Amino acid sequence: MNHLVSMRQVGKDDILDLIDLAEKIETGKVHPDLSGRLGALLFFEPSTRTFFSFDTAIKRLKGRSLAMSGSGTTSVKKGETLADTLMTISQYADFIVMRHKIEGAAQFASEILDIPVINAGDGTNQHPTQAMLDLYSIYKTQGTLENLKIAMIGDLRLGRTVHSLAQALTDFNPTFYFASPRHLQMPKHIKDELQNKHIKFEEIEDIKPVIPELDIMYVTRIQKERFAVLEDYEKVKNAYIIDNQMLEDVKGNFKLLHPLPRVNEIKPEVDSNPHAYYFQQAKNGVVMRQAIISKIMKLV
Amino acid sequence: MNEKKQLRVDPIKNGTVIDHITAGKALQVAEILNLKQPENLIMIGINLSSNKMGKKDIIKIENRKLSKDEVNSIALISPNATLTIIDDFKVTSKQKITLPEKINKHLICPNPNCVTNIESVTTKFSVSNHDPVEVRCEYCEKTYRIENVKFHF
Repeated sequence: MNHLVSMRQVGKDDILDLIDLAEKIETGKVHPDLSGRLGALLFFEPSTRTFFSFDTAIKRLKGRSLAMSGSGTTSVKKGETLADTLMTISQYADFIVMRHKIEGAAQFASEILDIPVINAGDGTNQHPTQAMLDLYSIYKTQGTLENLKIAMIGDLRLGRTVHSLAQALTDFNPTFYFASPRHLQMPKHIKDELQNKHIKFEEIEDIKPVIPELDIMYVTRIQKERFAVLEDYEKVKNAYIIDNQMLEDVKGNFKLLHPLPRVNEIKPEVDSNPHAYYFQQAKNGVVMRQAIISKIMKLV
Repeated sequence: MNEKKQLRVDPIKNGTVIDHITAGKALQVAEILNLKQPENLIMIGINLSSNKMGKKDIIKIENRKLSKDEVNSIALISPNATLTIIDDFKVTSKQKITLPEKINKHLICPNPNCVTNIESVTTKFSVSNHDPVEVRCEYCEKTYRIENVKFHF
């Protein structure tokens, strides 16, 4: 693995390899060493947790980072092409982690640069490190990725994390339930892909009847910033709100995941529910990113 | 050969005949092959009767051989078309067009937020579905029905 750009380029063996490595890093069985190496965190779009998660991962590996957040302070504002910005920064750093609103930006970067590129989100397209940390969280809580019943809830049309995660799970025979407001349903190209791979999925409006069957419920935020008209956002923002009462009949192994940030889609009362797992999930993100950096930098 | 038939299928001396084009698609094929400003003799037949297809379109182009890329592009909009090469009024080769797996540089991604529409990048698409033909951009990963994608040569 030279880059991590899209979950489409990550096979089942790669996924299991990365999970194995993350587990070894977390349990102290291996100690990949990034000392003397510099990672450039190029966040052309602002981000808090993904940015800090990567920064923490680099520092935990004893590497160093140089960081840019938002394009306002860079030469991008002066009209420099993305290619020129990337080419220049690649002269300083040993690898690049980038988030950009342009879809396909990370793929493009991986083709023009001689150093490894990790995609930290490209527009509404891919967010593969989030998918990997989600997979790691599912694996840690279920002991397997195989044959799980997983519900995805919220904005399934624009939320890139659910796209990457659904694609990544296709090699593990999942059963999906997709619950979303009608105009925020899972895009056709993802559903086509699932159909072609004979993955069982159902689009539902009411999540309650399937909750007792689930192993994982993955809730996403209805993203205000993706709506052009504020009124449209107000109409759907409260469509799916999870509270403790909804989780009364869940299975023992059931876990509630959320990529965060949350707004109001999971009530704060759920935080202390033993089935809530979203903060541990964020912690898993650091370990998984350590594993990803270690892999592409050939530290292990 | 009666006069009426000859008027419809006038033979060409040297060139290419694209036959069995899906009825109604000939003008799109012509656009892809950039036949709008012809220098050579071109005949385009639309909705001709066909035993096999019911109706079909046909294009004859004198003094032009098609490149592999051009043939691939025809396959995208009319996967059952056939290609016949004519030399000195004789058929020298006949082939069925097959849908390619990848199409580089000749399609324009319809997604305005795709990097191929912003940076200087050659487009790359893969065929994600055969019937109806759909292509996926290798950069933004969006999938489009082929009739919604523009070509350029």
